[in-house]
Amino acid sequence: MKHARVVYQGRAQHAIESEGRMLLDDGSRVALEDVRWLPPLAPTERPRTILALGLNYADHARELAFKAPEEPLVFLKGERALNGHRRQTRRPPGVEFMHYECELAVVIGRSAKRVRREDAYAHIAGYSVANDYAIRDYLENWYRPNLRVKNRDGATPLGPWLVDAADIADPMALALRTSVNGRLTQSGNTRDMIFDVPFLIEWFSSFMTLAPGDLILTGTPDGVVDCRPGDVVVTEIEGIGALMNTVA
Amino acid sequence: MTGLPAMRTVYGVLLNSRAEFEAWAPRMREAPYKAPPAAPVLYIKPANTWSASEARVPVPPGVPQVEIGATVGMLIDPAGEAGGFLLVNDLSTPQASYFRPPVRANCLDGFLGLGAVVPAQGQDPARFALEVRVNGELKQSVRFDALVRPPHRLLADVAEFMTLGAGDVLMLGLAPNRPLARAGDTIEIRAPALGRLVTHLVAEGA
Repeated sequence: MKHARVVYQGRAQHAIESEGRMLLDDGSRVALEDVRWLPPLAPTERPRTILALGLNYADHARELAFKAPEEPLVFLKGERALNGHRRQTRRPPGVEFMHYECELAVVIGRSAKRVRREDAYAHIAGYSVANDYAIRDYLENWYRPNLRVKNRDGATPLGPWLVDAADIADPMALALRTSVNGRLTQSGNTRDMIFDVPFLIEWFSSFMTLAPGDLILTGTPDGVVDCRPGDVVVTEIEGIGALMNTVA
Repeated sequence: MTGLPAMRTVYGVLLNSRAEFEAWAPRMREAPYKAPPAAPVLYIKPANTWSASEARVPVPPGVPQVEIGATVGMLIDPAGEAGGFLLVNDLSTPQASYFRPPVRANCLDGFLGLGAVVPAQGQDPARFALEVRVNGELKQSVRFDALVRPPHRLLADVAEFMTLGAGDVLMLGLAPNRPLARAGDTIEIRAPALGRLVTHLVAEGA
């Protein structure tokens, strides 16, 4: 099943995809264009932990002139970084290089502490698509990538859907691609991750407890390009969805 | 989770103590840093790290020592200002490098002790005086009158690139020469204006 969280007639609610339309919890059945999309995540009592991987595809690590990391390179984000499908992300004035990053997003379904990799999938609620924009002008070599690059308001679109884990036979064999104004610019496959999803859940849960609703953004393959105001960026993962964002 | 203030995202800031900044200054132009930091360098302490005063915080085997980051958090109000202050014990495993975000060192369960919130009205952060004791012995005194970015400047410089909203917490930064503790130790942070915050480190599984 595909879940969304949308605003319809002024009210935020959960919805599911149904025959190309959207079935809302209040019983309305509406066209996908008639709602405002939020990140497809149920609200959590405590702030959700958002873990993001850097350099998790060997080709992207090469592209950015780094050798592949020996342990996961991870940074955290706040919830205000998230944004919905079909929304805008701001490019600050005077910036030279702002690029998208198409990433498989893993949503935790069950509290996870010291989970072994063979049990990892049982702790996943589902998958979504993230676009983890970076503004490289602001990179500094202190806690790199620093939050000024990676934690800007609304600069991490997520969605459109949260797809139940049971509906994805093998999350480690999904095609990813990004297009800018309809032109294909990035193409990869989740099988090329350096640290795969079961490894990441085992690794994170070896030192911290993951809670339901927490997010892991698993990194992006090579093929990132500069995006200018007005560009329509679609990040897409096979079987999960196509997430649209406009640079403003 | 009882005894904790209602909070959203908790942010820390690197190198905001003038003394620590000056101690680092000779190395700042060397690899891998290559230049002093221009904008505030922030990090996040996620919800799994939060622990209330008197909590027993597990220290995993393989973590011989824990660094005590005694500081003050600003609890942000709906206007984006500091509506309250609280004592914070920002624990980590000691790190020599500031190049990569120290998630594995910083984000262990319970590794952010949080005191009670005191309303900001009438408080002057430059006058906060923290005392850090380990098993009753005074290890460090921490003041906030010599910051690279004092509270208002820090809030303004962070707001340049991200919004802090109601319930978010922004810490004022850590002093240099942070004391160490280990499993079995009790850490107490005390300040006349802010009360006290006690953290018991226990061997994991004990």
